[in-house]
Amino acid sequence: MIRTPLRPLARILSARDRGENPDAIERENLRRRHEEMQDKSRARAEGRLLVLGLVFFCAFSAIGARMGVVSVSEAEEPEANAIGTPIAAQRGDIVDRHGRILATNFETHSLYAQPPQMVDPVASAKGLKAIFPDLDEERLIRDFTGKRKFVWIKKRISPEQKQAVHDIGDPGLLFGPREMRLYPNGTLAAHVLGGASFGKEGVNAAEVIGVAGVEKQFDGYLRDPANAGQPLELSLDLTVQAAAERVLAGGMKIMNARGAASILMDVHTGEVISMVSLPNFDPNDRPAPPTSGFDPSVSPLFNRAVQGLYELGSTFKIFAVAQAMNLGLVTPETIIDTRGPIRWGKFRISDFHNYGNELSVTKIIEKSSNIGTARLAQQIGAERQKQFLASLGFFEPTPFEVVESAGAQPLLPKNWSELSTMTISYGHGLSASPLHLAAAYATVANGGHYVSPTILKKEGVQHGPQVMSEQASRDSRIMLRRVVTEGTASLAEVPGYAVAGKTGTADKPKPRGGYYEDKVIATFASMFPANDPKYVLIVTLDEPSENSGSEPRRTAGWTAVPVAAEMIARVAPLLGLRPEIEPRVQPSVTLASN
Amino acid sequence: MTEMVYGAVPDRGGEPILPKWWRTLDKWSMCCVLLLFVIGLLLGLASSPPLASRNGFQPFHYVQRQAFFGGLAVISMLLTSMMSPVVVRRLAVIGFLGAFVALALLPFFGTDFGKGAVRWFSLGFASVQPSEFLKPGFMVAAAWMLAASQEINGPPGKLWSFSLCIAIVLMLAMQPDFGQACLVLFGWGVMYFVAGAPMLLLVGMAAMVVLGGSLAYSYSEHFARRIDGFMNPDLDPTTQLGYATNAIREGGLFGVGVGEGQVKWSLPDAHTDFIIAVAAEEYGLILVLVIIALYSIVVVRSLMRLMRERDPFIRLAGTGLACTFGVQAIINMGVAVRLLPAKGMTLPFVSYGGSSLIAGGIAVGMLLAFTRSRPQGEIADILRGRGR
Repeated sequence: MIRTPLRPLARILSARDRGENPDAIERENLRRRHEEMQDKSRARAEGRLLVLGLVFFCAFSAIGARMGVVSVSEAEEPEANAIGTPIAAQRGDIVDRHGRILATNFETHSLYAQPPQMVDPVASAKGLKAIFPDLDEERLIRDFTGKRKFVWIKKRISPEQKQAVHDIGDPGLLFGPREMRLYPNGTLAAHVLGGASFGKEGVNAAEVIGVAGVEKQFDGYLRDPANAGQPLELSLDLTVQAAAERVLAGGMKIMNARGAASILMDVHTGEVISMVSLPNFDPNDRPAPPTSGFDPSVSPLFNRAVQGLYELGSTFKIFAVAQAMNLGLVTPETIIDTRGPIRWGKFRISDFHNYGNELSVTKIIEKSSNIGTARLAQQIGAERQKQFLASLGFFEPTPFEVVESAGAQPLLPKNWSELSTMTISYGHGLSASPLHLAAAYATVANGGHYVSPTILKKEGVQHGPQVMSEQASRDSRIMLRRVVTEGTASLAEVPGYAVAGKTGTADKPKPRGGYYEDKVIATFASMFPANDPKYVLIVTLDEPSENSGSEPRRTAGWTAVPVAAEMIARVAPLLGLRPEIEPRVQPSVTLASN
Repeated sequence: MTEMVYGAVPDRGGEPILPKWWRTLDKWSMCCVLLLFVIGLLLGLASSPPLASRNGFQPFHYVQRQAFFGGLAVISMLLTSMMSPVVVRRLAVIGFLGAFVALALLPFFGTDFGKGAVRWFSLGFASVQPSEFLKPGFMVAAAWMLAASQEINGPPGKLWSFSLCIAIVLMLAMQPDFGQACLVLFGWGVMYFVAGAPMLLLVGMAAMVVLGGSLAYSYSEHFARRIDGFMNPDLDPTTQLGYATNAIREGGLFGVGVGEGQVKWSLPDAHTDFIIAVAAEEYGLILVLVIIALYSIVVVRSLMRLMRERDPFIRLAGTGLACTFGVQAIINMGVAVRLLPAKGMTLPFVSYGGSSLIAGGIAVGMLLAFTRSRPQGEIADILRGRGR
């Protein structure tokens, strides 16, 4: 750019010579420069104004076009659109070992209201009251006419109720789909299944979450969309479960018991084929959990088979005997000194009856001699006993896949003295659940292998580590068979099925220490068929009392054993066990001579 | 002699006012604005009865008020458009100072009418929103300063006007009224752009806007919710936007018929922010396109006329006024069709609102005054041989 000076000297001088005012030249130059600047900025502004005009034109055209697009698109019915992530529904089914449904989903609807859209709130409230008598009409009217924009009315309604609400005809009453959990078998296997309830709730769906049992244990698996269509297969057998529940309920009634539990377990796999705890409940309508300050074991929600920790009494004797035989301390024929009572400080160990001064090991089990097992336990010693019981699983909660089992930590003596060793040998001083007992009996039954109890269907034998020798296991089974044929469990004789087992009657401990005289836990731990056991069955009755005789009989031989026998008689054919039919007596040939 | 007999011929000083006004006026733009006002009345008939019945007034209470204020607005528009640019500038600057003081006094004497933002002075029969009057006044004052800075030895007008702009934006943001604040900022930006802003600065400003937007998004929940609602592709039909979109769909090409629309019953802002939805539902796409065309004619014609303008002040002031007018319409309609995130903004001349109508009338009057054709020294250019 060539800058022209405002006062060019030559022109100024010549102007002065002519007598003109040289300032006029400067003003003229200034004016020119100003004009040039203005022209430049005008040219630039022209371009930019053109750009602005185009931008505005485009913006208006875009809005016009968009208006056109929107207005030719189809109008939608306004319907509630839940904002946020959709709640995944479709919880997996739960089936038994043969694929029969134990828990599935069912499509229902929830009912809610949007008061701003209601036509006649008062009439709608009255109509709802007529359909659902449990609703509070005053409250509904208050909700519908107040400032609330959204009111839940019912979480689940049946199709009939839905139609009835529909017939009220108020556009402010709306339905949202609700998938609910359905247990088609009602109370069957209630404690195993547990139950489910709604978690996060939206208008269009609600999350179903497990609250107890396998529903809670496998909540993640059941909700995982990746497993869609893959049901959870349990080891339960629905038919066996139904038979067991019927028999146990009947037995509980006849024996006047407060509660009862039974477990049927496959000895080789640890699969629980049936598990019953009475009283039970309907998982479709799960009762509220008991409030605090209330003994939880009274609630029907309490799973006695898994959560109930009991001193299981004489059923423990076989463990002392089996261990003594396993260690080679005794043989079944060894004679043990059973003079009693044993005095230990102020404590006395005595037998139910006096069985004489000495008994063979087999007889100790057969007669259920406390003194005899205490003597054996003394020989074994505390350390070895602890080790053995731990290897049978009595020191830990069972690894059973029902969520409640994790809380069932057996109660062990704080100080494992020699006295504890002796009392625990006959089942006092150590509290464990019936499930612990079932697993331990399975070990005795299957040749000495530990099995961990499971609710999931397994394929093939699931033996754990060897806990006792094959020989000790076999001898123990023979002794247990003799308990039935000649001992305390004579009522367990089931035609066609050889049952072996051990009774246990334990006085119930008082909450403040000491034991009740007239309240017992009667347990029968059995296995069948005795020569090659396939199943273990535990039956436990809480405070039974058999009143047919002159005075109430509470021992397991009179209470738990007949119930277990009836159960085996019903269940064994269902399990596909072939009854052993005794060979028919051949008419013998009589030689006659005369 | 003649003079002694008949008296001196009064010196008229050029052409009479009215003929000159009519000759030089941008008649197309004025017709468009008057049409918009008529359409506003028509839509007010449709959209405001639900509001009136809700507030316990006669059904056409708001239409009467709209007609009254609209009449005032048209009169002030005509009067303003007859003034010369210099008079307009003087009055506008005085008015701007008054509005500025009024805005500053709002926190002490203002009222929020229960809407959560203190924006109004209540005068009993009516309320005044100073920010509406501030906008056109500020445009003129800022244009004056920007133009002055282009003179040789002029004052630093860019800096002055920018500081003033920031002060106003802060005051508006404190109410809070982000919509008006954005408009003021936008108007100043456009004027600065036309006044010859360096390109680098423009790019920097764009970056600042993005940064400010993201800051507001992360720190203001109100703002964040609106943006989320805009970004969410599926629309919740129970929101204002959902109703508006559905109304536009219901309307189709020719509308559901006069008075048959439903959206005015469900939208609380049917008479202001979402009046375009009412128009679309009852009169269909046709009327909406007509409205859009009217706005674009006013804006684009004004800008084209300003291209020829030589006086930098007139050019800048006209640009600022035309662009704020246009952008307000764009935002209002863009929100209704979800081209822009939700932001309450009135549709100039069509939406109900006394302050907005009169201030709009004054603003358009000033715009018309600035866009009147006047000699641009073309003859001198030709004589000097640099005509184009």
